Amino acid sequence: MSLIHTAWNYLWDFGVQMFKLGIDLFWFLLDFADNIFLLAADLVRLALTMLTGWLGLDSIWVELGMVLVYLAGILGVIMLAALVLLLVERRVAGFVQYRLGPNRVGFQGILQPIADMLKLLTKENITPAGVDKPLHTLAPVLVLVPTIMAFAVVPFGRGMAALDLNIGLFYLIAVTSLTTIPFLMGGWGSNNKYSLLGGMRAVAQMISYEVPMVFSLLGVVMIAGSLQMSQIVEAQQKVWFVFLQPLAFFVYIIAATAECNRLPFDIPEGESELTAGVYTEYTGMKWSLFMMTEYGNLVLVSAVATTMFLGGWHGPLLPGWFWFGLKTSLLLGFFILMRWTFPRVRVDQLMKIGWKYLVPVSLLNVFITGIGVYLYKSMGW
Amino acid sequence: MKTQELTINMGPQHPSTHGVFRLILNLDGEVATGSTSVPGYLHRGLEKLAEGRTYAQFIPYTDRLDYLSSMSNNLGYVQAVEKMLSIKVPERAEYLRVIFAELQRIANHLVAIGTFALDLGAWTAVVFAFNYREKIMDLFSMTCGGRLTYNYMRIGGVSHDIPWAFIPRLRYFLDYMEDSLAEFQRLVTGNEIFQARTKGIGIISSEKARDYGLSGPNLRASGVNYDVRKNRPYGIYERFDFKACVLENGDCFDRYMVRVMEIEESIKIIRQAVRDLPEGPVMAQVPRNIKPPVGEVYHSIENPKGELGFYLVSDGGPKPYRLHIRRPSFVNLAVLDEIVPGWLVADVVAILASLDIVLGEVDG
Repeated sequence: MSLIHTAWNYLWDFGVQMFKLGIDLFWFLLDFADNIFLLAADLVRLALTMLTGWLGLDSIWVELGMVLVYLAGILGVIMLAALVLLLVERRVAGFVQYRLGPNRVGFQGILQPIADMLKLLTKENITPAGVDKPLHTLAPVLVLVPTIMAFAVVPFGRGMAALDLNIGLFYLIAVTSLTTIPFLMGGWGSNNKYSLLGGMRAVAQMISYEVPMVFSLLGVVMIAGSLQMSQIVEAQQKVWFVFLQPLAFFVYIIAATAECNRLPFDIPEGESELTAGVYTEYTGMKWSLFMMTEYGNLVLVSAVATTMFLGGWHGPLLPGWFWFGLKTSLLLGFFILMRWTFPRVRVDQLMKIGWKYLVPVSLLNVFITGIGVYLYKSMGW
Repeated sequence: MKTQELTINMGPQHPSTHGVFRLILNLDGEVATGSTSVPGYLHRGLEKLAEGRTYAQFIPYTDRLDYLSSMSNNLGYVQAVEKMLSIKVPERAEYLRVIFAELQRIANHLVAIGTFALDLGAWTAVVFAFNYREKIMDLFSMTCGGRLTYNYMRIGGVSHDIPWAFIPRLRYFLDYMEDSLAEFQRLVTGNEIFQARTKGIGIISSEKARDYGLSGPNLRASGVNYDVRKNRPYGIYERFDFKACVLENGDCFDRYMVRVMEIEESIKIIRQAVRDLPEGPVMAQVPRNIKPPVGEVYHSIENPKGELGFYLVSDGGPKPYRLHIRRPSFVNLAVLDEIVPGWLVADVVAILASLDIVLGEVDG
């Protein structure tokens, strides 16, 4: 009897231990999944350190190597996002419009973007007569640069920003405003009146919408008390800023759509008016660089919205980067649905919306937030 | 600051000129200061072609006039010839003609409002509209085999009687169309951006509309109550209860709304025609060689685009001596240069789209 009893006790203890081990393993796996990209980065850094040590180089080369690794990672994210979005957008459009969309290349059309890219790569690279050649050629190359630079400060997960600057948001805003210049270069250098009009519109639109966008982000900064992206996300541990700053979120989404030249505000492209606006004279790979930038910018504004308003990587149980990706994807889906629903606004109406509605509203939001923050602090909660 | 006007060649190849139409546009920045229409890229000389063909042989050519409303063009032409020959068309054929002409009006207006929304940047609207139109194409093809150029109307009747499955499917379609139009209105008409883009844009006053001889929805949107079906009834249109859709403002939004309302009216007319559709033959006894007596005749009908008139002169032979076609799109287009100055580029596109031209008809 006592033998059985002892055996049962042993078994019970063993079971309990195994259960505890299982829980530990579970948490370890979660933690591992959460930090998998950080671990990978550390491994690469370790390898680079060993390599430079072996070659007898200065440690600055390790940092430079890491920059290249981060750049490759960011480029990978942009390329992948552009490819996926290319397909998703067309399939969603098909869904919205009672048709199928591309579903022939590969299973459910998943190879369609690759086929498209191959087609674009093999197309002739036409440089039309009379273009300002340096400007015309440089514009599609330069247009992608600010987007890549801006991604440097985006925290894809806990500690997963390539460069966690203490003025991250400021840097991001400063860099993204540079996108305007390549658009103007393309518009001016193409020797085409439609392109010129498109370039003019692009500049007017992007500069106008920069203002409400920055003001809407200001409210978040006032609450978080920091310009560092990771700090802002940390400040949303308890409550997401979209609940504290609904007005700012609203303004930001509209301004961001305009910044990306997406459909209610796609007047620089304005297919039915300006044939293709800035892109009119671009073919093949040059054109696809512009397209990639458009999708890159879309991912960027969604990622920034996630960081600033939707709590970044915060979310229960699952890895931070997964939550970040999920929230960003949902926002992207929203932008895509918006594109297939609305007509385009006119250029003067666009200006009116920007300066007469969004700027005052975002200023009002800053004012309200200021009072709120002051009250909150003076009450000492 | 010294500024310079920009001259833009809008077309012949441009996404929103609805074919090969060229508009030379002078721009001060974004504002249009003037324009010159250059039609004629699709000119085939249909009027001259008619002189080399017998009366019956010209019917397929009318399909190619306004290729979005071929049925109505057929109807106008054959009625003109029938007027010359004083042929009495069988009752059933008359009703079928009304059914098909009104279905064609719905199809044409769907393309008109769909592409109008497309030119304002609403991609989904045009796909929806073409999707509804597809059902009409099915009805046409099950009767006469054609989807775009039908060649259905004949001098003295119609080419085929309807198949047995036609009426049930037509009834189903009419219900479907009512729901679909409501859906389309929810998507487009109520949209704030759409209204901001169209209300008060490209206003044509009723005087100007009269002066330029506009007809059809463009005229009625300017507050002139003129519908050939009402004012100079042809065929059996007096028997049906419908109203001419008239709106007051004459802007792009009203031109759009008139078309939406006309779709509803056409549904009403078709319902009445289906209710009263008699049995009987669909072709009258017509001589094999059509040789109208010496003389001339002008017959006009309410084409979806406006008043489509055929002026035929006969010298007693088997071929027309002269044919002139009053093409509503061509006449309606004339007002464009008058109303363009002062509007933005985007508005010019909207105005052009709201006039609903088809270049096959403009150029003849």
